[in-house]
Amino acid sequence: MKRILARNAPGYLFLSPWLLGFFLLALGPILASLYLSFTRYDMVSDPRWIGWGNYEYMFTRDRRFWKALEVTFTYVAFAVPLRLAFALAVAMLLDKGLKTIGLYRAIFYLPSLLGASIAIAILWRELFSATGVVNQMLALVGIEGTDWITNPKTSIYTLVMLAVWQFGSPMLIFLAGLRGIPKDLYEAAEIDGTPRWRRFTRITLPLLAPVIFFNLVLQTIDAFKTFSSAFIISNGTGAPADSLLFFTVYLFNEAFKFFRMGYASALAWVLLIIIGVFTALAFLSSKYWVHYDNDRD
Amino acid sequence: MAGLELRNVGKSYGSLSIIKGLDLDVVDGEFLVLVGPSGCGKSTLLRMIAGLEDISDGTISIGGKIVNDLPASKRELSMVFQSYALYPHMTVAKNLAFGLQNFNVPKAEVQRRVEEAARILQIGQLMDRKPRQLSGGQKQRVAIGRAIVREPQLFLFDEPLSNLDAELRVQMRAELASLYNRLGTTMIYVTHDQVEAMTMASRIVVLRGGKIEQVGTPQELYTRPQNLFVAGFIGSPKINMLAAKVSRSGGAATIAIDGMPAFQLPGLATGDDALTLCVRPGSMHLGGGDVQTRGKIILVEYLGNETLLHVALSSGQTLLVSDSGRSQYRSGEEVTLGFDLADLHVFDSAGQRVES
Repeated sequence: MKRILARNAPGYLFLSPWLLGFFLLALGPILASLYLSFTRYDMVSDPRWIGWGNYEYMFTRDRRFWKALEVTFTYVAFAVPLRLAFALAVAMLLDKGLKTIGLYRAIFYLPSLLGASIAIAILWRELFSATGVVNQMLALVGIEGTDWITNPKTSIYTLVMLAVWQFGSPMLIFLAGLRGIPKDLYEAAEIDGTPRWRRFTRITLPLLAPVIFFNLVLQTIDAFKTFSSAFIISNGTGAPADSLLFFTVYLFNEAFKFFRMGYASALAWVLLIIIGVFTALAFLSSKYWVHYDNDRD
Repeated sequence: MAGLELRNVGKSYGSLSIIKGLDLDVVDGEFLVLVGPSGCGKSTLLRMIAGLEDISDGTISIGGKIVNDLPASKRELSMVFQSYALYPHMTVAKNLAFGLQNFNVPKAEVQRRVEEAARILQIGQLMDRKPRQLSGGQKQRVAIGRAIVREPQLFLFDEPLSNLDAELRVQMRAELASLYNRLGTTMIYVTHDQVEAMTMASRIVVLRGGKIEQVGTPQELYTRPQNLFVAGFIGSPKINMLAAKVSRSGGAATIAIDGMPAFQLPGLATGDDALTLCVRPGSMHLGGGDVQTRGKIILVEYLGNETLLHVALSSGQTLLVSDSGRSQYRSGEEVTLGFDLADLHVFDSAGQRVES
């Protein structure tokens, strides 16, 4: 035991910043929130134990909870595949061996660096408002646009577009993955008369599967947790007509606007379980579509 | 099957010229080996024939048809890569069938050709394995199998054996040679290994700096190298090179080499008076020969069936002498060594062969 500890000591030493942070800062609040999720707590009086009450209310009577789920799932379903597809498409363009690739990489990564700032929210409002740039462009080809952000039917898709626009980090990971595919495989395929699309589906995609899988898991978790962009663009309310009521926005409002900390904690745990289930599903499915070159079977 | 014609073929990247005005005819059914030191352009030339590199100048024809603008897939050729280039996520069977499926070959025909290739290469028991579960030699067989199933009119090999260990290389060399005998298809084979070139080729093309130095059968290259580069490149152990001065009186040419007695060389067809004389280590004699000198053995390399003696002349130059495996000579011994005039290869100051 002593020897094992001594052997692993450097590992633990390197892990220590994270371990310290986790045990001192994160673990306590996590356990507290689990406890609070079974209580009614307004931050003024002491928490009162109500058993499964919060969860029961959530699933049986809270219509906004279901709306928040609907909004979040819609967002995840569109934003994740579109962002990944767009990131992959750009990565493939950049992989063509341009001399100025470094510059393009930086430019394309820029939107991701800007994150969900106020500036981006204002930019998005400018782009998608009734008199915004998008509508001006549409007008040029004779299409009359709507006010994309205040229209409950379209508002979520402006956020999907924002997510797609911030494709930088999966793009960089895809680019690294594409660089890792030996060029002579494509040459062999070229000599074998493999059409471009088949080269993509039969060589690029399968060989990129580990990277696609990694990006998929990361982006799915990220999308479920999306908060800032929705919060800023909907002015923190989830408006219009709760069409931007992301799960996290709803959770935030319950906690810090209405001070229903117990209920907000229960919401947080439900979100954690949802993310856990989706991640587990991704991992379970991976053995059918992810090929690792170095595993042995 | 098809022949191949290269006419004034060139390749350059910007101002850098890799292949320079190359002419070459490959006869239908020939096993042609492109050999040369690294950077000589042999792989580039093969890739140009394959259609993986553009041609900057000249024309390439396969089976009488100019293919300059034809994509690789339409040139009816197969290529075996140095890295094997097997699709790592596909089984051996799928790797073999993949190319055929692109050409809409009927399923039964794909099956037949895959089985035939598996039988020829004895990889039938590997069909359900992935490339990572194969040894180097097995991967190479699959790569060759993938080329065979296409039934191409031209096979291209880009240093296919260089990733294998020495023993396997010898074995695969023999297998490739017997495959060639069996298929009779035109094959173009790139290697930097002159032993591979000598043992497999119908004809060898020696390349240097993007130019052809000599084209010929292995015997022609060995017995009549056209220039100093080919003389030095072909043959192992390496040929001995001696710098010689010529003086003429009447019709006879007298040769003076540092560390050796002067001798006469009849019928020398050059006016050049600075020559290089070359003798293969196997043509050197210990204690005999038309021209003889003394030297000191400084190194003995025992190779089993032969022994290589490094003999230093009084001039300081070292000559290689190939003796039998039963050689009793020891390092430090003084010996008489010599050669026959008939075994001399003579080259002028420009490095070109001179008949003597």
